[in-house]
Amino acid sequence: MKSSTPSEPISKSWYLLFFAWVLATSGTLISLFFSEVVKLPVCVLCWYQRIAMYPLVLILPLALFPFDPKVVRYAGALVIFGWLTALFHVLLIAGFIPQNAQPCVAGIPCSETHLNIFGFLNMAMMSLLTFTAIGSLLLLSYFQSSRNHHE
Amino acid sequence: MNKKMLFLSVIIVLIFAFLTALAVFKGEETTAQAISPENQHALERKNAPIKGYKKAKVTIVEFFDPACGTCSQFYPLLNDLVKKYPGKVRVMMRYAPLHEGSGDVVKMLEAAHIQGQFWPAVELLFGNQNRWVEHHVSNPQHALAGLKTLELDHAKLEVDYQSAKVAKIIEQDIKDGQTLQIRATPEFFVNGKPLINFGYEQLVELVDEAVTEAYK
Repeated sequence: MKSSTPSEPISKSWYLLFFAWVLATSGTLISLFFSEVVKLPVCVLCWYQRIAMYPLVLILPLALFPFDPKVVRYAGALVIFGWLTALFHVLLIAGFIPQNAQPCVAGIPCSETHLNIFGFLNMAMMSLLTFTAIGSLLLLSYFQSSRNHHE
Repeated sequence: MNKKMLFLSVIIVLIFAFLTALAVFKGEETTAQAISPENQHALERKNAPIKGYKKAKVTIVEFFDPACGTCSQFYPLLNDLVKKYPGKVRVMMRYAPLHEGSGDVVKMLEAAHIQGQFWPAVELLFGNQNRWVEHHVSNPQHALAGLKTLELDHAKLEVDYQSAKVAKIIEQDIKDGQTLQIRATPEFFVNGKPLINFGYEQLVELVDEAVTEAYK
């Protein structure tokens, strides 16, 4: 902590980014656990969300050492893509999007849910919440560091 | 705490958590293999279509949807299994119409079953899925048109598939499927043991084990 005293806001911004990485990594491990260990089938939409989530595990640490707030631009693109896909998936499961608009592979309809916690928390919902949290942390981290620059 | 230390320790914690979850799950999986005794009744239904010797000691129960591509791929493999153990293995088919529109198609299959023609009918539907399944949605009218090419009493088939008797049978299968938590097709049970790691090799292994145990 000795280096953090002169630049407190940078440190705060760093921790926000760090938590975004913790979330992305936990999400990655949890999704791998369900597909590779529990052997739940992975539908096409889940794959698109994975494509957006997994790279964050590697990209975010590169921006932590040394700290680079510009990472929001690169990671943000992935987060927005993942967030939109997750939203589409949630709406599909909730039935707001008609069945025939649903991509499907080898008998795994994406509207089928395999996991349900507290009655509403299925995989797609968890993914949406995670992307929302990561996106918010990235933005907060970015604003925190830019405020520091202006002051 | 130093930031790099924090980063490394979080990595270690996450990996440790993952490995713990893995160990816990593997432990539970082995205990949760068989169907619980109170759900055993849901596995087989009297008069469900059966292939193979009726009194065979090994029963493969398949929950299937005629519109499901994987079910159609497994169909010849199941025939091979019945042939591999003549008189020892039988296959029982249970309806799990998970695809949209499949509800009516399985009723047609059951109506064909009443005339003793379940197997030719299911073989025809599996073989021509591209003609009556579009984007994973079944078209019952196209399926019926296909069934018309079989030698059946077609007037009786049309009456039967819309009858209350057939509807009740399908309802029973769907209810049993829910009891056994069938969420995807095909789902296999060999003498009550579910196929946990899905795959043909794994199914053959499960059947091999069951045959050795039943005929030792």
